[in-house]
Amino acid sequence: MGQKVRNPESIRDLTSEELQGVLSGVGASAGKALPQRVKIVEVGPRDGLQNEKTLVPTEVKIHLIDMLSEAGLPVIEATSFVSPEWVPQMADQVEVMKGINRRPGVSYPVLTPNLKGFQAAVKAGAAEVAIFGAASELFSKKNINCSVDESLQRFEEVTKAAKEAGVRVRGYVSCVLGCPYEGQVSPDKVAQVAKRLYSMGCYEISLGDTIGVGTPGGMAELLEAVSREVPVDALAVHCHDTYGQALANILIALQMGISVVDSSVAGLGGCPYAQGASGNVATEDVVYMLHGLGIQTGVDLPKLMDAGAFICRSLNRKTSSKVAQATCKL
Amino acid sequence: MGNFPTTVKHCLSYEELIQDYPWLARWLQEEKEMVPTGVKIQLIDMLSETGLSVIEATSFVSSKWVPQMADHTEVLQAIHRSSHVRYPVLTPNMHGFQDAVAAGATEVAVFGSASETFSRKNINCSIDESILRFEEVICTAKQRQIPVRGYVSCALGCPYEGPIESTKVAEVVKRLYELGCYEVSLGDTIGVGTPGSMAKMLHSVKKEVPSSALAVHCHDTYGQALANILTALQMGICTVDSSVAGLGGCPYAQGASGNVSTEDVLYMLHGMGIKTGVDLSKVIEAGDFICKALNRKTNSKVAQARGDYSVHCHMKKINT
Repeated sequence: MGQKVRNPESIRDLTSEELQGVLSGVGASAGKALPQRVKIVEVGPRDGLQNEKTLVPTEVKIHLIDMLSEAGLPVIEATSFVSPEWVPQMADQVEVMKGINRRPGVSYPVLTPNLKGFQAAVKAGAAEVAIFGAASELFSKKNINCSVDESLQRFEEVTKAAKEAGVRVRGYVSCVLGCPYEGQVSPDKVAQVAKRLYSMGCYEISLGDTIGVGTPGGMAELLEAVSREVPVDALAVHCHDTYGQALANILIALQMGISVVDSSVAGLGGCPYAQGASGNVATEDVVYMLHGLGIQTGVDLPKLMDAGAFICRSLNRKTSSKVAQATCKL
Repeated sequence: MGNFPTTVKHCLSYEELIQDYPWLARWLQEEKEMVPTGVKIQLIDMLSETGLSVIEATSFVSSKWVPQMADHTEVLQAIHRSSHVRYPVLTPNMHGFQDAVAAGATEVAVFGSASETFSRKNINCSIDESILRFEEVICTAKQRQIPVRGYVSCALGCPYEGPIESTKVAEVVKRLYELGCYEVSLGDTIGVGTPGSMAKMLHSVKKEVPSSALAVHCHDTYGQALANILTALQMGICTVDSSVAGLGGCPYAQGASGNVSTEDVLYMLHGMGIKTGVDLSKVIEAGDFICKALNRKTNSKVAQARGDYSVHCHMKKINT
């Protein structure tokens, strides 16, 4: 009927048997069971604020964390025990740790790049810490001035001390779906780094798409490789939304058995590698999707949005959350 | 990889900036900027060079309701029509259809709704009455061998009624398909859908109409569009509507985003190894052009990220 430009590769030209062949294969499908519950790890107060241009007063950080605790988030990354010489935004680390109202049942991990940072963290009352590895050699060198192996050796000191102190350690692997310097990153390399972190005692490994270049295809491939080395229950995804792919990547991850997702209230934290581009995925948008899927998170979305509105006012910036943008206007 | 179609056809809905709703036109009349005809033509011509196979060019709604589309005839006659591209136009009724054909249209589109309230508020009649109106258009189009595409709005939720029963969506889609629409595009008009509601809706609709005759038209108002499109792909849909630079806000939430950006959709599809035949960098250029002409920022995250070429030149190797 009428003129149609027929694309010979169009899927419409296939017979139903051929179509089935095309659609078959390993990987996620819409019919696969999703987790009933997802744990959200809120990284706004640390990862988010660390990457914002504006420095935020200590009391604002404390209030933000308290609001996030009230919103039902089970894990809130509170601050970082990196030297203030490198990360001045986190110079008030001790004050923040001591000032927050710790809600029972909520975990407040802090970053500790080395043993010194770990000791300072424990002294300030930290009950959980996090260490950051990279799947890219160049990124490791440029970011923390040492190779991936050297960084892992450094972290082993931390995990040993943490075990003795009864402190839990979460591991992060950055550049899992691409590196701003190296480009493509091999899933097997990510798997190796994740495996080492897990073997040294990290209870959970968060896989970070640091520059947000990943797409669902790459995410599925990555998770297949990593879950061969680390149980899927011990994995989390930390997706950046720089290319708008975060929710799609998170969805695929859920379909592959992941039930821990990192995100940042109001999408705080731009991408340091692409000025003006977005970074972290917004917690509000993630929660909206999860609740729409019938997945429990324990998070009260309106309260979360209040926290987002508060921090955006303090930073004098617009929210990066689309849910927040839409909801306040309707 | 995985459970996805190998190719996806793209229906670029450039003119989603302007929808076929009179009240929307009144809102837009307050907008300071009218897009000059020359700019529209240039945009369409640029898009024709990108590899897109369908570009919705204009709308034959009365210019009384949608003044921004008053130049519909001029646009349709001036664009350079690539032999690889189809240029459907909106036609709300017989009058619009006749004007469209007189202006040289070779494909048209009709807009139905899955929500009674939305239908009444926007085109002043019930769903049934609107379909009777379209029946006239579709019959006449059939006789003239002009393909008709159907749209169903509010497929995942209505600004007035809230959630919409998936069986109701399926019923309207089925009617349009049986009347003779070769394809029906399912619109998440206010972007409230999530992969859960998308899967449920498609499950109902697929019982009535084959997947090959379905498309999804997702709005990104709540940031859910790509996840919803991914779900649709997993369920066998291989036609996706989108808008270059994410043009077209949401008329129900001022300041909020509307259409999903073509650039972001392409980035995802190409990253998954799905063929579209479209050159992403050319689409980014077209988006850049229209944003400059409209004096606004792009809504495409890919375009925003790619803006910093020096750092992201590596990234072009990963996903182009």
